[in-house]
Amino acid sequence: MLKYTDDHEWLNVANGVATVGITTHAVEQLGDLVFVDLPEVGATLAKNDAAATVESVKAASDVYCPLDGEVIEVNDAIRNDPSIVNSAPQGEGWFFKLKLADASEAEALMDEAAYLALVG
Amino acid sequence: MDSAVVMKKTPLTALNIALGGKMVEFAGYEMPVQFAEGVMKEHLHTRAKVGLFDVSHMGQVILRPKSGRIEDAALALERLVPVDILGLKEGRQRYALFTDDKGGILDDLMVANRGDHLFVVVNAACKAQDVAHMRAHLSDLCEVEELTNRALVALQGPAAEAALAKFAPEVAGMAFMEVRGVQILSADCIVSRSGYSGEDGYEISVPDRAAVALVRALLDNPDVHPIGLGARDSLRLEAGLCLYGNDIDRTTTPVAAALEWAVQKVRRAGGARAGGFPGADVILPEFEKGAARRRVGIAPEGRAPIRGGALFADETSAVPVGHITSGGFGPTTETPVAMGYVDTALSAAGTRLFADLRGKRVAVTVATLPFITPRYKR
Repeated sequence: MLKYTDDHEWLNVANGVATVGITTHAVEQLGDLVFVDLPEVGATLAKNDAAATVESVKAASDVYCPLDGEVIEVNDAIRNDPSIVNSAPQGEGWFFKLKLADASEAEALMDEAAYLALVG
Repeated sequence: MDSAVVMKKTPLTALNIALGGKMVEFAGYEMPVQFAEGVMKEHLHTRAKVGLFDVSHMGQVILRPKSGRIEDAALALERLVPVDILGLKEGRQRYALFTDDKGGILDDLMVANRGDHLFVVVNAACKAQDVAHMRAHLSDLCEVEELTNRALVALQGPAAEAALAKFAPEVAGMAFMEVRGVQILSADCIVSRSGYSGEDGYEISVPDRAAVALVRALLDNPDVHPIGLGARDSLRLEAGLCLYGNDIDRTTTPVAAALEWAVQKVRRAGGARAGGFPGADVILPEFEKGAARRRVGIAPEGRAPIRGGALFADETSAVPVGHITSGGFGPTTETPVAMGYVDTALSAAGTRLFADLRGKRVAVTVATLPFITPRYKR
Protein backbone atom coordinates (compact mmCIF):
# COMPACT_ATOMS: atom_id res chain seq x y z
CA MET A 1 0.00 0.00 0.00
CA LEU A 2 1.62 3.24 -1.18
CA LYS A 3 0.64 6.36 0.79
CA TYR A 4 1.71 10.00 0.93
CA THR A 5 1.79 12.88 3.42
CA ASP A 6 1.33 16.57 2.72
CA ASP A 7 4.92 17.05 3.97
CA HIS A 8 6.02 15.16 0.83
CA GLU A 9 6.97 11.86 2.40
CA TRP A 10 5.93 8.58 0.81
CA LEU A 11 5.47 5.31 2.69
CA ASN A 12 5.03 1.82 1.38
CA VAL A 13 3.27 -0.31 3.98
CA ALA A 14 3.58 -4.11 4.02
CA ASN A 15 3.12 -6.49 6.95
CA GLY A 16 2.92 -3.66 9.47
CA VAL A 17 6.20 -2.10 8.33
CA ALA A 18 6.37 1.21 6.43
CA THR A 19 9.34 1.98 4.18
CA VAL A 20 9.59 5.79 4.23
CA GLY A 21 11.21 8.24 1.84
CA ILE A 22 10.69 11.65 0.26
CA THR A 23 8.75 12.15 -2.94
CA THR A 24 10.01 12.88 -6.42
CA HIS A 25 8.29 16.26 -6.14
CA ALA A 26 10.17 17.03 -2.88
CA VAL A 27 13.50 16.12 -4.45
CA GLU A 28 12.80 18.33 -7.45
CA GLN A 29 12.18 21.23 -5.09
CA LEU A 30 15.26 20.55 -2.93
CA GLY A 31 17.81 20.13 -5.70
CA ASP A 32 21.05 18.17 -5.26
CA LEU A 33 21.25 16.56 -1.82
CA VAL A 34 24.64 16.64 -0.13
CA PHE A 35 23.87 15.28 3.32
CA VAL A 36 21.29 13.03 4.93
CA ASP A 37 20.92 12.59 8.70
CA LEU A 38 18.91 9.48 9.57
CA PRO A 39 17.27 8.40 12.84
CA GLU A 40 18.81 5.77 15.14
CA VAL A 41 17.66 2.21 14.67
CA GLY A 42 15.47 1.43 17.69
CA ALA A 43 14.18 4.99 18.05
CA THR A 44 10.49 5.29 18.82
CA LEU A 45 8.95 8.15 16.86
CA ALA A 46 5.57 9.79 16.94
CA LYS A 47 3.68 11.02 13.90
CA ASN A 48 5.08 14.41 12.76
CA ASP A 49 8.33 14.06 14.75
CA ALA A 50 11.37 15.27 12.82
CA ALA A 51 12.81 11.89 11.83
CA ALA A 52 15.59 12.84 9.42
CA THR A 53 17.28 15.93 8.01
CA VAL A 54 18.31 16.48 4.43
CA GLU A 55 20.69 19.17 3.26
CA SER A 56 20.68 20.26 -0.33
CA VAL A 57 23.22 22.66 -1.79
CA LYS A 58 20.67 25.32 -0.87
CA ALA A 59 19.21 24.59 2.56
CA ALA A 60 18.37 22.09 5.28
CA SER A 61 14.93 20.48 5.49
CA ASP A 62 13.35 18.10 7.99
CA VAL A 63 11.75 14.81 7.04
CA TYR A 64 8.81 14.03 9.31
CA CYS A 65 7.71 10.69 10.62
CA PRO A 66 4.42 9.89 8.85
CA LEU A 67 2.95 7.67 11.61
CA ASP A 68 3.77 6.41 15.13
CA GLY A 69 6.30 3.56 15.17
CA GLU A 70 9.76 2.20 15.84
CA VAL A 71 12.68 2.61 13.44
CA ILE A 72 13.89 -0.91 12.58
CA GLU A 73 16.25 -0.16 9.68
CA VAL A 74 17.87 2.87 8.02
CA ASN A 75 19.30 3.17 4.53
CA ASP A 76 23.04 3.62 5.11
CA ALA A 77 23.64 3.82 1.37
CA ILE A 78 22.08 7.30 1.17
CA ARG A 79 24.20 8.48 4.11
CA ASN A 80 27.30 7.64 2.12
CA ASP A 81 25.90 8.87 -1.20
CA PRO A 82 22.98 11.30 -0.83
CA SER A 83 22.75 11.60 -4.64
CA ILE A 84 20.94 8.24 -4.61
CA VAL A 85 17.93 10.13 -3.23
CA ASN A 86 18.05 12.48 -6.22
CA SER A 87 18.29 9.68 -8.76
CA ALA A 88 15.76 7.28 -7.18
CA PRO A 89 13.73 9.04 -4.48
CA GLN A 90 10.92 6.50 -4.47
CA GLY A 91 13.13 3.43 -4.87
CA GLU A 92 16.75 2.94 -3.81
CA GLY A 93 16.66 6.32 -2.10
CA TRP A 94 14.36 5.24 0.77
CA PHE A 95 15.22 6.65 4.22
CA PHE A 96 14.08 4.29 6.98
CA LYS A 97 11.72 1.43 7.85
CA LEU A 98 9.18 1.97 10.56
CA LYS A 99 7.40 -0.83 12.48
CA LEU A 100 4.01 0.82 12.80
CA ALA A 101 2.29 1.05 16.16
CA ASP A 102 -1.05 0.77 14.37
CA ALA A 103 -0.86 -0.15 10.70
CA SER A 104 -4.53 0.72 10.16
CA GLU A 105 -3.71 4.41 10.64
CA ALA A 106 -2.02 4.36 7.25
CA GLU A 107 -5.44 4.00 5.63
CA ALA A 108 -6.23 7.63 6.40
CA LEU A 109 -3.22 9.00 4.48
CA MET A 110 -3.36 10.20 0.88
CA ASP A 111 -3.11 7.75 -1.96
CA GLU A 112 -1.02 8.50 -5.03
CA ALA A 113 -3.83 10.12 -7.00
CA ALA A 114 -4.64 12.47 -4.10
CA TYR A 115 -0.98 13.37 -3.63
CA LEU A 116 -0.40 14.06 -7.31
CA ALA A 117 -3.48 16.28 -7.28
CA LEU A 118 -2.00 18.15 -4.29
CA VAL A 119 1.33 18.90 -5.96
CA GLY A 120 -0.35 19.62 -9.28
CA MET B 1 6.47 35.25 -5.68
CA ASP B 2 4.91 38.32 -4.08
CA SER B 3 3.35 40.31 -6.88
CA ALA B 4 3.37 43.44 -4.67
CA VAL B 5 7.17 43.54 -4.88
CA VAL B 6 8.35 45.00 -8.15
CA MET B 7 11.78 43.60 -8.81
CA LYS B 8 14.28 45.43 -10.95
CA LYS B 9 15.39 43.73 -14.12
CA THR B 10 18.80 43.57 -15.75
CA PRO B 11 19.28 43.74 -19.53
CA LEU B 12 19.56 39.93 -19.32
CA THR B 13 16.55 39.10 -17.12
CA ALA B 14 14.30 38.08 -20.03
CA LEU B 15 17.07 35.91 -21.46
CA ASN B 16 17.73 34.33 -18.05
CA ILE B 17 14.05 33.36 -17.86
CA ALA B 18 14.09 32.06 -21.44
CA LEU B 19 17.13 29.94 -20.54
CA GLY B 20 15.14 28.28 -17.75
CA GLY B 21 16.51 30.29 -14.84
CA LYS B 22 14.76 29.81 -11.51
CA MET B 23 14.28 33.45 -10.60
CA VAL B 24 14.52 34.92 -7.12
CA GLU B 25 14.80 38.37 -5.60
CA PHE B 26 18.38 39.40 -4.83
CA ALA B 27 19.28 42.95 -3.77
CA GLY B 28 16.02 44.13 -5.34
CA TYR B 29 16.69 42.42 -8.68
CA GLU B 30 15.04 39.46 -10.32
CA MET B 31 18.01 37.11 -10.67
CA PRO B 32 18.50 33.41 -11.55
CA VAL B 33 19.47 31.36 -8.50
CA GLN B 34 20.01 28.36 -10.75
CA PHE B 35 19.25 26.99 -14.19
CA ALA B 36 18.01 23.51 -15.13
CA GLU B 37 21.36 21.83 -14.37
CA GLY B 38 21.16 22.75 -10.69
CA VAL B 39 23.71 24.30 -8.35
CA MET B 40 25.98 21.27 -8.05
CA LYS B 41 26.43 20.67 -11.78
CA GLU B 42 26.70 24.40 -12.51
CA HIS B 43 29.48 24.71 -9.96
CA LEU B 44 31.39 21.71 -11.31
CA HIS B 45 30.90 22.86 -14.89
CA THR B 46 32.43 26.24 -14.08
CA ARG B 47 35.52 24.57 -12.63
CA ALA B 48 35.74 22.16 -15.60
CA LYS B 49 34.84 24.42 -18.56
CA VAL B 50 33.15 27.85 -18.49
CA GLY B 51 30.32 29.39 -16.52
CA LEU B 52 28.52 32.53 -17.65
CA PHE B 53 27.02 34.73 -14.92
CA ASP B 54 24.73 37.74 -15.24
CA VAL B 55 26.09 40.15 -12.61
CA SER B 56 24.46 43.23 -14.10
CA HIS B 57 22.87 44.00 -10.73
CA MET B 58 26.26 45.21 -9.54
CA GLY B 59 27.00 48.91 -9.69
CA GLN B 60 29.32 50.33 -12.37
CA VAL B 61 30.59 53.81 -11.64
CA ILE B 62 33.00 56.16 -13.37
CA LEU B 63 35.08 58.69 -11.44
CA ARG B 64 36.22 61.35 -13.88
CA PRO B 65 38.74 63.90 -12.58
CA LYS B 66 37.53 67.47 -13.12
CA SER B 67 41.13 68.55 -13.67
CA GLY B 68 41.60 65.92 -16.37
CA ARG B 69 44.46 64.43 -14.37
CA ILE B 70 43.88 60.83 -13.25
CA GLU B 71 46.10 61.43 -10.20
CA ASP B 72 43.46 63.78 -8.82
CA ALA B 73 40.75 61.11 -9.08
CA ALA B 74 43.10 58.56 -7.49
CA LEU B 75 43.96 60.82 -4.57
CA ALA B 76 40.28 61.70 -4.11
CA LEU B 77 39.26 58.03 -3.93
CA GLU B 78 42.11 57.34 -1.48
CA ARG B 79 40.15 59.48 1.03
CA LEU B 80 37.57 56.68 1.19
CA VAL B 81 39.65 53.50 0.82
CA PRO B 82 42.81 52.28 2.63
CA VAL B 83 44.22 51.27 -0.74
CA ASP B 84 47.01 52.53 -3.02
CA ILE B 85 44.99 53.97 -5.90
CA LEU B 86 47.64 56.48 -6.99
CA GLY B 87 50.03 53.60 -7.66
CA LEU B 88 47.47 51.70 -9.74
CA LYS B 89 48.81 51.76 -13.29
CA GLU B 90 46.72 52.41 -16.36
CA GLY B 91 45.00 49.20 -17.46
CA ARG B 92 45.20 47.61 -14.01
CA GLN B 93 42.48 46.77 -11.50
CA ARG B 94 42.67 46.36 -7.73
CA TYR B 95 40.45 45.19 -4.86
CA ALA B 96 39.43 47.92 -2.40
CA LEU B 97 37.24 48.57 0.64
CA PHE B 98 35.16 51.55 1.67
CA THR B 99 35.72 51.98 5.41
CA ASP B 100 33.78 53.92 8.03
CA ASP B 101 34.93 56.07 10.93
CA LYS B 102 34.99 53.07 13.28
CA GLY B 103 37.21 51.06 10.93
CA GLY B 104 34.33 48.88 9.70
CA ILE B 105 33.77 47.97 6.07
CA LEU B 106 30.98 49.75 4.15
CA ASP B 107 31.46 47.71 0.97
CA ASP B 108 34.12 45.99 -1.07
CA LEU B 109 34.77 47.04 -4.63
CA MET B 110 37.01 46.79 -7.67
CA VAL B 111 38.83 49.87 -8.96
CA ALA B 112 40.37 50.06 -12.43
CA ASN B 113 42.59 52.78 -13.88
CA ARG B 114 41.20 53.43 -17.37
CA GLY B 115 43.70 56.13 -18.28
CA ASP B 116 41.57 59.27 -18.05
CA HIS B 117 39.14 57.99 -15.38
CA LEU B 118 38.67 55.36 -12.69
CA PHE B 119 36.14 52.58 -13.26
CA VAL B 120 34.61 51.20 -10.08
CA VAL B 121 32.41 48.12 -9.60
CA VAL B 122 30.46 47.86 -6.33
CA ASN B 123 27.99 45.39 -4.80
CA ALA B 124 24.33 45.54 -5.85
CA ALA B 125 22.97 45.79 -2.32
CA CYS B 126 25.29 48.72 -1.49
CA LYS B 127 25.38 50.62 -4.75
CA ALA B 128 22.95 53.43 -3.94
CA GLN B 129 24.76 54.06 -0.66
CA ASP B 130 28.19 53.80 -2.34
CA VAL B 131 27.29 56.25 -5.10
CA ALA B 132 25.93 58.72 -2.53
CA HIS B 133 29.09 58.24 -0.43
CA MET B 134 31.35 58.97 -3.42
CA ARG B 135 29.25 61.95 -4.51
CA ALA B 136 29.39 63.37 -0.96
CA HIS B 137 33.15 63.01 -0.59
CA LEU B 138 34.63 63.16 -4.09
CA SER B 139 32.57 65.74 -5.96
CA ASP B 140 35.09 68.53 -5.37
CA LEU B 141 37.57 66.67 -7.57
CA CYS B 142 35.54 64.16 -9.60
CA GLU B 143 32.38 63.69 -11.59
CA VAL B 144 30.73 60.59 -10.11
CA GLU B 145 28.74 58.92 -12.86
CA GLU B 146 26.80 55.70 -12.33
CA LEU B 147 26.58 53.71 -15.55
CA THR B 148 22.98 52.49 -15.66
CA ASN B 149 23.07 51.57 -19.34
CA ARG B 150 25.52 48.69 -19.16
CA ALA B 151 25.24 45.00 -18.31
CA LEU B 152 27.99 43.07 -16.54
CA VAL B 153 28.72 39.48 -17.50
CA ALA B 154 31.25 37.20 -15.82
CA LEU B 155 32.81 34.38 -17.80
CA GLN B 156 34.66 32.05 -15.44
CA GLY B 157 36.51 28.79 -15.84
CA PRO B 158 39.54 27.18 -17.47
CA ALA B 159 38.07 27.47 -20.97
CA ALA B 160 36.95 31.10 -20.52
CA GLU B 161 39.96 32.41 -22.45
CA ALA B 162 39.18 30.28 -25.49
CA ALA B 163 35.47 31.14 -25.29
CA LEU B 164 36.00 34.90 -25.26
CA ALA B 165 39.07 34.99 -27.54
CA LYS B 166 36.89 33.57 -30.31
CA PHE B 167 35.25 37.00 -30.50
CA ALA B 168 38.18 39.14 -29.32
CA PRO B 169 41.55 37.41 -29.78
CA GLU B 170 43.39 40.11 -27.81
CA VAL B 171 41.85 39.02 -24.49
CA ALA B 172 44.05 35.92 -24.53
CA GLY B 173 47.04 38.11 -23.84
CA MET B 174 45.56 39.83 -20.80
CA ALA B 175 47.11 39.24 -17.38
CA PHE B 176 45.21 38.67 -14.12
CA MET B 177 43.63 41.97 -12.99
CA GLU B 178 44.35 43.67 -16.31
CA VAL B 179 41.55 45.87 -17.74
CA ARG B 180 41.07 46.88 -21.37
CA GLY B 181 38.53 48.46 -23.64
CA VAL B 182 37.72 45.75 -26.18
CA GLN B 183 35.39 45.64 -29.19
CA ILE B 184 33.30 42.48 -28.98
CA LEU B 185 30.72 41.88 -31.71
CA SER B 186 31.00 45.60 -32.55
CA ALA B 187 30.13 46.66 -28.98
CA ASP B 188 32.45 48.79 -26.82
CA CYS B 189 33.16 46.56 -23.85
CA ILE B 190 35.34 46.98 -20.79
CA VAL B 191 36.97 43.65 -20.06
CA SER B 192 38.89 42.73 -16.91
CA ARG B 193 40.65 39.45 -16.29
CA SER B 194 39.16 38.76 -12.90
CA GLY B 195 36.20 37.16 -11.21
CA TYR B 196 34.68 35.69 -8.10
CA SER B 197 35.07 31.95 -8.53
CA GLY B 198 38.74 31.10 -7.97
CA GLU B 199 39.03 30.33 -11.68
CA ASP B 200 40.63 32.20 -14.53
CA GLY B 201 38.13 34.33 -16.37
CA TYR B 202 36.76 37.71 -17.32
CA GLU B 203 34.21 40.27 -16.31
CA ILE B 204 32.75 42.06 -19.29
CA SER B 205 30.94 45.38 -19.05
CA VAL B 206 28.80 45.63 -22.18
CA PRO B 207 26.30 48.29 -23.37
CA ASP B 208 22.81 47.08 -22.40
CA ARG B 209 21.57 46.98 -26.02
CA ALA B 210 24.41 44.64 -26.99
CA ALA B 211 24.23 42.37 -23.93
CA VAL B 212 21.75 39.77 -25.15
CA ALA B 213 23.56 39.28 -28.46
CA LEU B 214 26.89 38.89 -26.67
CA VAL B 215 25.54 36.37 -24.16
CA ARG B 216 23.73 34.39 -26.87
CA ALA B 217 26.92 34.27 -28.94
CA LEU B 218 28.96 33.09 -25.95
CA LEU B 219 26.33 30.45 -25.07
CA ASP B 220 26.42 29.08 -28.64
CA ASN B 221 29.68 27.50 -27.49
CA PRO B 222 28.76 24.15 -25.85
CA ASP B 223 31.53 24.70 -23.29
CA VAL B 224 29.70 27.75 -21.91
CA HIS B 225 26.73 27.18 -19.59
CA PRO B 226 24.58 29.81 -17.82
CA ILE B 227 25.19 29.73 -14.06
CA GLY B 228 23.00 31.05 -11.26
CA LEU B 229 23.71 32.85 -8.01
CA GLY B 230 23.64 29.57 -6.06
CA ALA B 231 26.77 28.24 -7.73
CA ARG B 232 28.32 31.72 -7.72
CA ASP B 233 28.10 31.54 -3.92
CA SER B 234 29.54 28.03 -3.57
CA LEU B 235 32.36 28.87 -6.02
CA ARG B 236 33.39 32.01 -4.14
CA LEU B 237 33.15 30.23 -0.78
CA GLU B 238 35.48 27.44 -1.91
CA ALA B 239 37.78 30.17 -3.24
CA GLY B 240 37.78 31.87 0.19
CA LEU B 241 36.35 35.13 -1.18
CA CYS B 242 34.26 37.35 1.06
CA LEU B 243 30.57 38.03 0.50
CA TYR B 244 29.74 41.54 1.70
CA GLY B 245 26.98 41.42 4.30
CA ASN B 246 27.98 37.89 5.40
CA ASP B 247 31.73 37.76 5.86
CA ILE B 248 32.51 41.47 6.02
CA ASP B 249 30.40 44.40 7.15
CA ARG B 250 30.52 47.48 9.36
CA THR B 251 31.46 45.35 12.38
CA THR B 252 34.58 43.90 10.74
CA THR B 253 37.84 45.75 10.15
CA PRO B 254 40.23 44.95 7.29
CA VAL B 255 42.66 43.22 9.71
CA ALA B 256 39.93 41.19 11.43
CA ALA B 257 38.70 40.20 7.96
CA ALA B 258 42.23 38.95 7.07
CA LEU B 259 42.29 41.44 4.20
CA GLU B 260 45.66 43.01 5.13
CA TRP B 261 46.83 42.29 1.58
CA ALA B 262 44.30 44.84 0.31
CA VAL B 263 46.01 47.65 2.26
CA GLN B 264 49.29 48.41 0.56
CA LYS B 265 52.33 49.52 2.62
CA VAL B 266 52.10 53.07 1.31
CA ARG B 267 48.80 53.52 3.17
CA ARG B 268 49.94 51.85 6.41
CA ALA B 269 51.76 53.51 9.31
CA GLY B 270 55.14 54.75 8.07
CA GLY B 271 54.00 54.75 4.44
CA ALA B 272 54.23 57.85 2.23
CA ARG B 273 50.43 58.25 2.23
CA ALA B 274 49.64 56.55 5.56
CA GLY B 275 46.10 56.97 6.80
CA GLY B 276 43.84 59.63 5.39
CA PHE B 277 40.86 57.28 5.06
CA PRO B 278 37.89 56.77 7.43
CA GLY B 279 38.75 54.72 10.51
CA ALA B 280 42.52 54.90 9.96
CA ASP B 281 43.00 55.48 13.72
CA VAL B 282 41.36 52.09 14.36
CA ILE B 283 42.62 50.18 11.34
CA LEU B 284 46.33 51.09 11.24
CA PRO B 285 47.19 50.12 14.85
CA GLU B 286 45.66 46.69 14.16
CA PHE B 287 48.46 46.00 11.67
CA GLU B 288 50.82 46.09 14.70
CA LYS B 289 48.73 44.60 17.49
CA GLY B 290 46.26 42.48 15.52
CA ALA B 291 42.49 42.42 15.86
CA ALA B 292 40.58 40.67 18.63
CA ARG B 293 39.10 38.19 16.18
CA ARG B 294 40.00 36.99 12.73
CA ARG B 295 38.28 35.61 9.64
CA VAL B 296 39.32 32.02 8.95
CA GLY B 297 38.27 29.03 6.91
CA ILE B 298 36.24 26.43 8.80
CA ALA B 299 36.28 22.79 7.69
CA PRO B 300 33.47 20.83 9.37
CA GLU B 301 34.08 17.13 9.97
CA GLY B 302 31.60 14.76 8.38
CA ARG B 303 29.30 15.70 5.52
CA ALA B 304 26.78 18.07 7.08
CA PRO B 305 27.03 21.67 5.82
CA ILE B 306 27.13 24.25 8.63
CA ARG B 307 25.67 27.48 7.31
CA GLY B 308 25.84 29.69 10.38
CA GLY B 309 25.82 29.75 14.15
CA ALA B 310 28.23 29.89 17.05
CA LEU B 311 31.63 28.21 17.42
CA PHE B 312 32.90 26.82 20.73
CA ALA B 313 36.31 25.79 22.06
CA ASP B 314 35.04 22.43 23.32
CA GLU B 315 31.99 20.19 23.34
CA THR B 316 30.41 21.56 26.49
CA SER B 317 31.29 25.23 26.92
CA ALA B 318 28.45 27.71 26.69
CA VAL B 319 30.57 30.74 25.79
CA PRO B 320 31.18 31.07 22.04
CA VAL B 321 34.69 31.76 20.72
CA GLY B 322 33.44 32.71 17.28
CA HIS B 323 30.73 32.26 14.69
CA ILE B 324 30.26 31.09 11.13
CA THR B 325 29.46 33.79 8.54
CA SER B 326 29.15 31.66 5.37
CA GLY B 327 28.81 27.95 4.96
CA GLY B 328 27.64 25.29 2.59
CA PHE B 329 28.72 22.21 0.74
CA GLY B 330 31.71 22.45 -1.60
CA PRO B 331 30.89 20.52 -4.77
CA THR B 332 34.56 20.52 -5.78
CA THR B 333 36.04 19.68 -2.38
CA GLU B 334 33.14 17.25 -1.82
CA THR B 335 33.12 18.40 1.80
CA PRO B 336 31.27 21.02 3.76
CA VAL B 337 33.11 24.35 3.67
CA ALA B 338 32.61 27.47 5.74
CA MET B 339 34.22 30.65 6.92
CA GLY B 340 33.77 32.67 10.03
CA TYR B 341 35.36 34.69 12.79
CA VAL B 342 37.19 33.26 15.81
CA ASP B 343 39.17 34.75 18.68
CA THR B 344 42.59 35.53 17.20
CA ALA B 345 44.25 33.19 19.73
CA LEU B 346 42.28 30.31 18.16
CA SER B 347 42.77 31.34 14.52
CA ALA B 348 45.77 29.14 13.63
CA ALA B 349 45.08 26.58 10.91
CA GLY B 350 44.47 23.16 12.44
CA THR B 351 42.80 24.48 15.60
CA ARG B 352 39.94 22.15 16.52
CA LEU B 353 36.67 23.82 17.48
CA PHE B 354 33.02 22.84 17.71
CA ALA B 355 30.04 24.25 15.87
CA ASP B 356 26.44 24.09 16.91
CA LEU B 357 24.37 22.17 14.36
CA ARG B 358 20.69 21.74 15.21
CA GLY B 359 21.55 21.43 18.90
CA LYS B 360 24.48 19.04 18.41
CA ARG B 361 28.17 19.95 18.67
CA VAL B 362 30.01 19.07 15.47
CA ALA B 363 33.82 19.10 15.35
CA VAL B 364 35.35 21.59 12.91
CA THR B 365 38.92 22.57 12.07
CA VAL B 366 40.26 26.04 11.36
CA ALA B 367 41.43 25.78 7.74
CA THR B 368 43.66 27.78 5.46
CA LEU B 369 41.72 29.66 2.77
CA PRO B 370 41.06 29.03 -0.06
CA PHE B 371 39.70 25.47 0.03
CA ILE B 372 40.64 24.98 -3.63
CA THR B 373 43.77 25.94 -5.54
CA PRO B 374 42.90 29.11 -7.47
CA ARG B 375 43.75 29.11 -11.15
CA TYR B 376 44.07 32.81 -11.80
CA LYS B 377 46.04 33.80 -14.91
CA ARG B 378 49.49 34.94 -13.82
